[in-house]
Amino acid sequence: MTVLSNPSADGNELTIKIEGRFDFSAHQEFRDCYENLGKDPSEYVIDMQSTSYLDSSALGMLLLLRDHAGGDGSEIKIVNCNDDVKKILTISNFEQLFQIQ
Amino acid sequence: MLNAQPLRILIADDNNTDRMILAKIVSRMGHEVLSAKDGMEAVARFREEHPELILLDALMPNMDGMEAARIIKKEAGDELIPIIFLTSLADDAELANCLASGGDDFLSKPYSRTILEAKIGAFARMRDMHKTLKTQHDQIALHNQHMLREQKVAMEVFQNVTQGKKMSAPNFKVMQSPFAIFNGDIVLTAYTPSGGMYVLLGDFTGHGLPAAIGAMPMAEIFYGMVGKGFTMREILSEVNLKLQKVLPIGFFCCACMIDMNFTEQTLEVWNGGLPDCFLYRSKNHSIDAVASTHLPLGVLGAQKFSDNTEVYQLEQGDRFFMWSDGIFEARSEDEELFGEERLREVFLQNEDTSLLFDQVKQAVTDFMGESLRDDDISMAEVVLVDLETLGDRQVAYAGSSLVGPTDWKVSFELGVETLKAFNPLPLMVHNLMETPGLRRHNTNIYTLLSELYSNALEHGVMGLDSGLKSDAAGFAQYYLKRTQAQTELEEGFVRFTFTHKPNKNGGKLVIAVDDSGPGFDYVSKIDVALEQQKGFCGRGIPLISNLVDSVVYKGEGNSVEVVYSWTNNDK
Repeated sequence: MTVLSNPSADGNELTIKIEGRFDFSAHQEFRDCYENLGKDPSEYVIDMQSTSYLDSSALGMLLLLRDHAGGDGSEIKIVNCNDDVKKILTISNFEQLFQIQ
Repeated sequence: MLNAQPLRILIADDNNTDRMILAKIVSRMGHEVLSAKDGMEAVARFREEHPELILLDALMPNMDGMEAARIIKKEAGDELIPIIFLTSLADDAELANCLASGGDDFLSKPYSRTILEAKIGAFARMRDMHKTLKTQHDQIALHNQHMLREQKVAMEVFQNVTQGKKMSAPNFKVMQSPFAIFNGDIVLTAYTPSGGMYVLLGDFTGHGLPAAIGAMPMAEIFYGMVGKGFTMREILSEVNLKLQKVLPIGFFCCACMIDMNFTEQTLEVWNGGLPDCFLYRSKNHSIDAVASTHLPLGVLGAQKFSDNTEVYQLEQGDRFFMWSDGIFEARSEDEELFGEERLREVFLQNEDTSLLFDQVKQAVTDFMGESLRDDDISMAEVVLVDLETLGDRQVAYAGSSLVGPTDWKVSFELGVETLKAFNPLPLMVHNLMETPGLRRHNTNIYTLLSELYSNALEHGVMGLDSGLKSDAAGFAQYYLKRTQAQTELEEGFVRFTFTHKPNKNGGKLVIAVDDSGPGFDYVSKIDVALEQQKGFCGRGIPLISNLVDSVVYKGEGNSVEVVYSWTNNDK
C-alpha cells in the first residue's frame, strides 16, 4: 500500500492516489497527505485507479478527510474506482457525501 | 586515559602472572577489577558481584572457560554480559567452540593494550544499546499488556450490553462468530407493544473500545424506546443522533433494522450500509434483495438523516435474512471470497426452508475450511409465523412505579401539526400505563390505540380509501399516498377521550375517538369488514372487535367508542 499526493500548481486542488489495499495501515500516510499543507485546497480528488480494496476503516478515513475539508461544504471527488471498490462505496451510500465518478 | 565509562570487569585466568598483568592493564584504564582463578570461581563471583563484562581464559582447571560461559550466559538471561575469551588456542575448531558456548569475542595472548581497550569500549557501547532496546521493549510489552486488558474490558462491556437480552423465539435464529462479537457486531431484538418484532443487526467500524462506546447508548435507546411504543423510524433517528454525537468522526455503525408485524403481516426494513438482505418468499421460492439505501448510523446529523423505510406485504412462512459483510467476504484457503453468487446458490438448492439458516451457515463454514481466522460473521433470520406459533410474548414496559391513579378521565386533542409530524401513541400509552394493573395490558392497549388512530387519521382526516390495499401493488401505492397526504395536511384533528373506572378486580377503560373527517356509512361497511378478514384491507376493525367488549360507531361515523374491561387475572 502506498499513498501518493500531488497538489496542483496553484495549490487549489489536491489529488491523493492510493495504491493497493486501502485499510487501516494507510491511516497515518493518508492523513499526512492533507494535514499541514501550506494552503488548504478547495477541491480534493481521490484517485482509486490502483486501489484493489477498501475496508470500513478506509470509509472512516474518507469521512475524516471530508470533515477536514469543511464537511457539507467540501468538494471531494472519488474517481477511477474498480467494481469492488465501487460496490463498497455504494452499499454505504457514500455517493450522498462524495462525488463518485 | 579513560574513554568509556568505568565498568566492573571479571578476569578469570588460572595463570597467576597472566591474570595479574591483565588486571593491571584493565584497572589502569579506570575499570573495577574482579579476579577468579578457575571457571568455578568465575561463576561464583559472577553470581555474587554481577560484573558487566568478563574476560575468560579458555583452558582452566576445575571448570574450563567454555563451561563457565555456558552457565553465566544462561543465568544472565535477557541481560547482555559480554564474554571475551582469552586464548592462545590457534585451532579454528577450538575457537569456534568458544563462541558456540556463549563467548562474544577472543583476545589472543600476548595481550595488546590497544586492542583490549578498543574491545572493552566496543562492548560497553553494545551493552548500552542493548539496555536501551530492552527498556523500550519492556515499555512496549507493558503498553501492550495494558491495551489487551482494556480491550478485554471493552469487549466484556460490549458483550454485557449486546448479549444481555438475547431473545428466544420460535421464528428467530441468530449466529455470531466469536470474532464478530470482538469486531463490534451487534444484534438487538425485542417484541413491540403493537404485536411486532424488532430486530437490529449492526456492524460497528473499529473493534474494542469504539464499538463498546457506541453499543451502550444504542442498546439503551433501542430497549427503552421499544418498551414505550416508539416506531422503528423514531428509534433509528434517535440512535443515529446519539452515535453521531458520541462517536469520533470516521467511526459509524452499518446497520439494518426490521419491524415484522404478525397481525398485519408486514415487514418494514431500513438498511444503511449492510449488504443486500434477502426476503425469501415461501410461495415461489424467490428472493427479493433489500439493498442499503442509507448511509450508516452515526454519519449524518439529525437534519439530513433519512428514516425512510420500505414496507413489504408478507405471507406465512416468508423469511427475512440479514447479515454483516463478513458472510460475503468469508475467505477460502485459496483467498477466494464467498460472494453473493454462492449465497444465492444455497437458496436455490434448498428443499426444506426450515433448514435454510443452517445450510447457509454450513456452506460458509465448508467454504472457509481451515482458514477460519477471518471468521467475522453475523447473521439473523426472522420468519413470518402466525400468532399461535409465536406463543407468549413478553413486552417489557419501561415504567416502574407501583401505585398510580385508578379513577380518571383524560382527553387528548391532536391538532394538524401533531398529525403531520409526530407519533402521539407513545405519549398516550405512557399516560395510560400509570394506572396500576393496566400496564400488564399494554400490548392490547397499544394495538387498540394504534388501530383506532390510523383509522381516524387515514380514513377519517385524510380520507384515504382502504379498498386500495386489496392487492400488493395497491398496498404499496396506499402507503405512498398516505405519506403524501400526511405532508400536505392543512387542517383536521383527532381527539381521544379516555375514561377509566376501577372495579373489584380490575377496571373498565372507555376510549372515545372523534375525528374531523366526514365519517362513513358504518352500518353497511362494518359487517362486510368483519367477513372479509383475509384480504390486505379491512383488518383493523375486526382486530379491535376481538380485543374489546364493544365497538360502537356514532353519528356520521366519525366518532367511535370502544369499551375495554380488564381484570388482574388476565394474562
